Amino acid sequence: MPYLLASPYLLHLILFIAFPIVFSVLLTFHKWNIISPMEYIGADNFIRLFHDRLFWKAIMNTLVFLVIHIPLQIIVALALAYFLNQKLFFLGFFRAAFFLPVIISGVVVTMLWQQLYSFDTGLLNGMLTSVGLPRVAWLTNSKIAMVSIAIMATWKNVGLYVILFLVGLQSVPRRYYEAADVEGASSWQKFKYITLPAINPTIFMVTILSTIGGFGLFIEPYIMTGGGPLNSTLSAMLYIYKQAFEYYHMGYAATLGLFFAAIIMLVVVIQKYTIEKE
Amino acid sequence: MYFLLAVAALTFLYPFYWMIIASLLPESQIGGFGIIPTELTFSNYLTMFSKIPIFRSLLNSSIVAVFSTTGILVFGSMVGYALAKMTFKGRDLVFFIVIFTMTLPFQITLIPNYILMVKFGWVDSFAALIIPALNSAFAIIMFRQVFQSIPNDLISAARMDGCSEPRIIFQILWPNIIPTIITVSIITFMTSWNDVLWPLIVIRDEQLMTMPQLVTLFAVGGRSDAQLGVKLASAVLLALPVIVTYLIFQKHFISSMASSGIKG
Repeated sequence: MPYLLASPYLLHLILFIAFPIVFSVLLTFHKWNIISPMEYIGADNFIRLFHDRLFWKAIMNTLVFLVIHIPLQIIVALALAYFLNQKLFFLGFFRAAFFLPVIISGVVVTMLWQQLYSFDTGLLNGMLTSVGLPRVAWLTNSKIAMVSIAIMATWKNVGLYVILFLVGLQSVPRRYYEAADVEGASSWQKFKYITLPAINPTIFMVTILSTIGGFGLFIEPYIMTGGGPLNSTLSAMLYIYKQAFEYYHMGYAATLGLFFAAIIMLVVVIQKYTIEKE
Repeated sequence: MYFLLAVAALTFLYPFYWMIIASLLPESQIGGFGIIPTELTFSNYLTMFSKIPIFRSLLNSSIVAVFSTTGILVFGSMVGYALAKMTFKGRDLVFFIVIFTMTLPFQITLIPNYILMVKFGWVDSFAALIIPALNSAFAIIMFRQVFQSIPNDLISAARMDGCSEPRIIFQILWPNIIPTIITVSIITFMTSWNDVLWPLIVIRDEQLMTMPQLVTLFAVGGRSDAQLGVKLASAVLLALPVIVTYLIFQKHFISSMASSGIKG
């Protein structure tokens, strides 16, 4: 009976996870466009990968995105959660407002921000010029475009992490702060010695979740920039997508996918290890 | 403090307001950032309706989301129940595999799964959108956890009365775990509704496209004739069902997603 209950899952597992992993490894040794027969090419895909400058650029772009996005997200989420934790009126309203972009499709958010970032007519440049500042080429300057995408991603996701931090902050007993007040501790000391240790697990969770999510960065550059300007927003996922579904390099794309997944797992393991140590 | 929070709230809400208003303005008037519009028109929407089958895509997305959510609820509670309340050989192994698949980056299986769809002849069919989405490791873990908290007496009593295991799960246990069912439903429905990468890969026929996919291709393709208002109109329609549902079930959304920690 237990096997019968688990059978739909196990069948699904074999078909859509186990078999694809094995097949993926097999594909890395082949050249294949799906239509013509598979051609065995040994380790050529791996050699090509290591010489593929565009792939390494895409990996670097993705890491740049993560390095901006994750700290920004933690700081903003923590600040908003800190304010919300002050026993305010309208708490529910603020929480709901911050959370709204979380549930909206990334497609909508990207289309919207594409307009906010527009050089001539965008809201952001409109605000800058109205206070006498120069316009910013949010999406057309190759040094800025990925920063712009990271800001947008933070705006979209931060509401979820505000909630998580709020839960963490509320778990700290009030009397700790009262005792610290008696001792004459400063706000910073209270934050460092009481708040921070209490929310450490949340910071850890936020880091891991945004890392895994961030490595999947795809639809934002796909819609906003197509990977440009000068490939500065070409994410690893977008590059793999192009290799597979625009050029039909299935063997090579599978190699990239496998390699990229290994990098993701490695980064997450390193994060876990470093955070647990501290 | 209130001032800061109000500014923050405005930062999150105003862009959506701007988008809705902009979609209702004549093309020449979009661009400013005023608060109260002077001239509203539905012409952007009418132009959009004539160019893309947006209501068909709304129906498609709904069908796909309903089927995959149902599958995940039914299959997820079956496996979760077996893992929580039955002893069998390989149980720990199955649980380990569930946890493992949850941490497995989807980038590994994406391309081979596309090839499977090609070989099964499922490209350009709902099968490609629904069948690979019928199971979720997250749902299994949630169901296992909640079933573990249910007293064994309830189950043994039901077995004594001659209840079959599926009847125990769906008729006796389900009414006791409504919050978990709501959480899993919201998360899986949202995941399915907002997914755009997989539909882009397996659906080419416009009549079968999901809503985010159709809107994406409309936004990047040339068919909107670079008309901003028309594009934004499609984005508003894509966001609207979710916003309305969110306004009604706001508390459930927030607590579900916070408890799972998964992004929408």
